[in-house]
Amino acid sequence: MTTAPPSVEERDQGPADLQRAFDEAVAAEERIEPRDWMPDAYRATLVRQIAQHAHSEIIGMQPEANWITRAPSLRRKAILIAKVQDEAGHGLYLYSAAETLGVSRDELLDKLHAGRQRYSSIFNYPTLTWADMGAIGWLVDGAAITNQVPLCRCSYGPYARAMVRICKEESFHQRQGYELLLALSRGTEAQHAMAQDAVNRWWWPSLMMFGPPDDESSHSAQSMEWKIKRHSNDELRQRFVDICVPQAESLGLTLPDPDLRWNEERGRHDFGAIDWEEFKQILKGNGPCNEQRITQRRRAHEEGAWVREAAAAYAAKRAARHGAATTHHNHQDEHRAQHAHDGEARG
Amino acid sequence: MLGDDALVLSHRLAEWAGHAPVLEEDVALANIALDLLGQARALLSLAGDEDELAFLREERQFRNIQLVEQPNGDFARTIARQLYFSVAQELRFTALAGDDDCPRPIRELAAKAVKETAYHRDHATEWTLRLGDGTEESHRRMRRGTETMWRFTGELFTPVPGLALDDGALRESWHTQVAAVLAEATLPVPELPDGDAWTAGGGRDGIHTEPFGRMLAEMQHLHRSHPGASW
Repeated sequence: MTTAPPSVEERDQGPADLQRAFDEAVAAEERIEPRDWMPDAYRATLVRQIAQHAHSEIIGMQPEANWITRAPSLRRKAILIAKVQDEAGHGLYLYSAAETLGVSRDELLDKLHAGRQRYSSIFNYPTLTWADMGAIGWLVDGAAITNQVPLCRCSYGPYARAMVRICKEESFHQRQGYELLLALSRGTEAQHAMAQDAVNRWWWPSLMMFGPPDDESSHSAQSMEWKIKRHSNDELRQRFVDICVPQAESLGLTLPDPDLRWNEERGRHDFGAIDWEEFKQILKGNGPCNEQRITQRRRAHEEGAWVREAAAAYAAKRAARHGAATTHHNHQDEHRAQHAHDGEARG
Repeated sequence: MLGDDALVLSHRLAEWAGHAPVLEEDVALANIALDLLGQARALLSLAGDEDELAFLREERQFRNIQLVEQPNGDFARTIARQLYFSVAQELRFTALAGDDDCPRPIRELAAKAVKETAYHRDHATEWTLRLGDGTEESHRRMRRGTETMWRFTGELFTPVPGLALDDGALRESWHTQVAAVLAEATLPVPELPDGDAWTAGGGRDGIHTEPFGRMLAEMQHLHRSHPGASW
């Protein structure tokens, strides 16, 4: 067994005491940390959610990487490469956060490749024009931020801390996306039309990112009780719409919803019905790019297998050579070699 | 010329985004692509408008060496290309940074770039060792990568007009350094490239290999479709 031995307090506590201590910690807004006791269902929910979040970051590289080689200026190209690089980095933070819950990155990736874990529905839409880079930044990253800022206060410490770092970078991407669209909107007629078309295609899928309506959201109540989630899907969606409407105006672009209007009484915007049938189809794997995204992901992994094996073999050889070369045990060096081996074998 | 080298290699490396063997390499390759793009922008800006130079010149007007335009191939091929280029680039930038006769903007740029390039060289070296001295398959692939790319190393140190560098001495240091890495990686050193042979390429004269035209078609298409637009 490699699990940590129970602490003195835990040994003296029965399951009911542990549950009570956990509930009290959550109620008091204390952070749950990896070595703390937690209910199995809490752990499973977090693994599911963090893994899905990590998968979304790495699948989300694809629709944007699709335009790196065609970016229309060197400045935009640099911004886009940096953004895709950040997404890989976010994937890494999140897999690390998930690993604190006792799963491995490899295991999670296998599940993604086998279609047993999901990623965000939004990345199953194609990026058809350059303006899509702006629409993704403004709307998709905007929706992600609206969703994720409350996660910075999530009850699970490693996840909350990862989200603080991620949200900082995401809000930077979001501003860049907005600025890209603004340049297009104020550019030539063709550029303006390109921007409008992109917003038309990405608006509804972005609203779907908040998940099903509250009365159909299966995990929401429990997640809110555990303080993993802070606001309901519909509440966050409403916030997002209220943020976007004035931004669209200042962009000089319209949102493709004839029912969108200010509701004086509620002090919020009313908006049209979402096509939940489309959402369900995408979750089932029947979206425009589901097949393409997962195939590319699997191919990168399979084609990279020999590289990962080489890294592991090399690290093992080096550790062996190092071991043979030292007569005295040098604890620190041994530790370092082992560490390098672990890192590479995992990578 | 040096700007074109950085621009073209950056483009090739960025093609890896989302396709790398491990996430860490998605980060590393994008990072290197970004450094090179930064160098390219600085160098091209010394010569004129960076976007005009990148997007509106045709194949025959590009002055990059043929090595950097070579398609990525497998990871070993990409690493071999990167090893050969970054060792050369580090040597040249180090020389330029310490050369009082070198024009000041280039000297300053070289001083900044040499730090990035040392990281790129280190990354390529580490992977050459892992792949060369890893498994049988990785050894075979790395050997093939180093041999395929070798023919394009002849023009690494063809003189760059306006820069007074001892290209012969740089080439010698380059060969020593690359040979040492290959030896440690249990890989044979291919024959020393002959500067006069056809294999040395004519990139500096605007003579390129066939894949380069397609690379430019993709890179320039959108910019050229909207003449005069700003982005």
